[in-house]
Amino acid sequence: MVGRILLMAVSLALLANVVLIFQYAPTASTALGVQIQRIFYFHVPSAIVGLISFAVAAVASVLYLKRRVRAWDRVAWASAEAGTVFFTVAIVTGAIWAKPVWQTWWVWDANGTLTFVLWLMFITYLVVRAYAPTTERGARWAAVVAVLGAAVAPFVYMAADWWAGLHTERVTGPGAQGSLEDRMFLVLMFSLTAFVGLFSLLIVQRSAQLANEEALEELRRQLI
Amino acid sequence: MRDFLSASWAIYAKDMRLEARTKETITGALVFAVIVAFIFGFAFDPSPRIISVVGPGIVWVAFAFTGVLSMNRSFANERDRGTLEGLMLAPLPREALYAGKLAATLTIMLAVELVMLPIFLVLFDLSLFNVWFALTALVATVGFAASGTLFAAMAAHTRAREVLLPLLFLPISLPVIIAAVSGSAASLDGDGWDGVGMWLQFMMAFDMVFLVLSSWAFQYVLEE
Repeated sequence: MVGRILLMAVSLALLANVVLIFQYAPTASTALGVQIQRIFYFHVPSAIVGLISFAVAAVASVLYLKRRVRAWDRVAWASAEAGTVFFTVAIVTGAIWAKPVWQTWWVWDANGTLTFVLWLMFITYLVVRAYAPTTERGARWAAVVAVLGAAVAPFVYMAADWWAGLHTERVTGPGAQGSLEDRMFLVLMFSLTAFVGLFSLLIVQRSAQLANEEALEELRRQLI
Repeated sequence: MRDFLSASWAIYAKDMRLEARTKETITGALVFAVIVAFIFGFAFDPSPRIISVVGPGIVWVAFAFTGVLSMNRSFANERDRGTLEGLMLAPLPREALYAGKLAATLTIMLAVELVMLPIFLVLFDLSLFNVWFALTALVATVGFAASGTLFAAMAAHTRAREVLLPLLFLPISLPVIIAAVSGSAASLDGDGWDGVGMWLQFMMAFDMVFLVLSSWAFQYVLEE
């Protein structure tokens, strides 16, 4: 029931989001690329949700290692899967925007590098699970990967920031220099909320699915 | 504390004795490093102007890749000979086992790097014998070995360990690679503390965080 309400709410929010982005949000100035700037409302929320998913995976992993409750591992796993998708969206939309505006698909700035490395860590997280000799060990190893990945994130950001001279002005977050128009900010916040809703929906559904899979596996073991 | 140190020392001495008798890790890693250096000689036009730009990068790609090789041997040996279970049963704290293995891997990596320096010097005419480069290499190699030892223990338990270890190790050590390349470039340019210092401090912070985290996570990796 809760799942169904969440599904309805998220679907409506995502629909409204598209309308807002293309109708309500003002057209950007030429420096940001005129119509292409609207990809920003997909790009920034998916990057932020990617970061959230990494934090969720890391915290759930620590809890799993400490308490050995299966539910925490399922949350971390679901979060890693959803996070991979959000980071992929962030990277792809970033590249699509950067090509016409910066004349290049990819810039090794701190944000891009961090997104890329965390995306890689999530892939590794999933690969470790697949390669581990037993599912229980896979869960533990993946948890270790998530914790170390979270610890490395600030170092990656700092190193890349020092290393690269080239930066765009950051509009939000630490070091923000520009400011957004009110209506742009509103649409951004709405889009972020919708994306966070989508992320929670995916976590709830996927971890329930993983729980079912495990229960099924357990039943099969009892029968054989 | 004395028990801890003597336990780690026993592991370290065992690995060193093994290496002194077989010499298989050092030989393999050295030959591999020479081959990497050789290939780079052809991949880039080795004129002084180009080498002054890509030189530090060549050195650290060679060191990182040979590092993966040395780390893999450290636990693959134990796994292949069935002695890993013996180590796990031995009455010593997991942290001591980690510390001993780490010290052994570190010694082998540093030995390989030391032998590689004159080879890079001859092939690329880089003035690598200066104290700032030596410090950078030392601090960076500790960072490599800290997470590498943990991941090698993980990878040793899987069938696809040659694939898994680089996947785990390289994204985590990216900040060290960035800092080591930038620090070496500064030291080769003749900058002292002014240019190299910030990278050294950065890597020391990384080393400390990952030494603590990896020795904590080691118990979860080795648990059956």
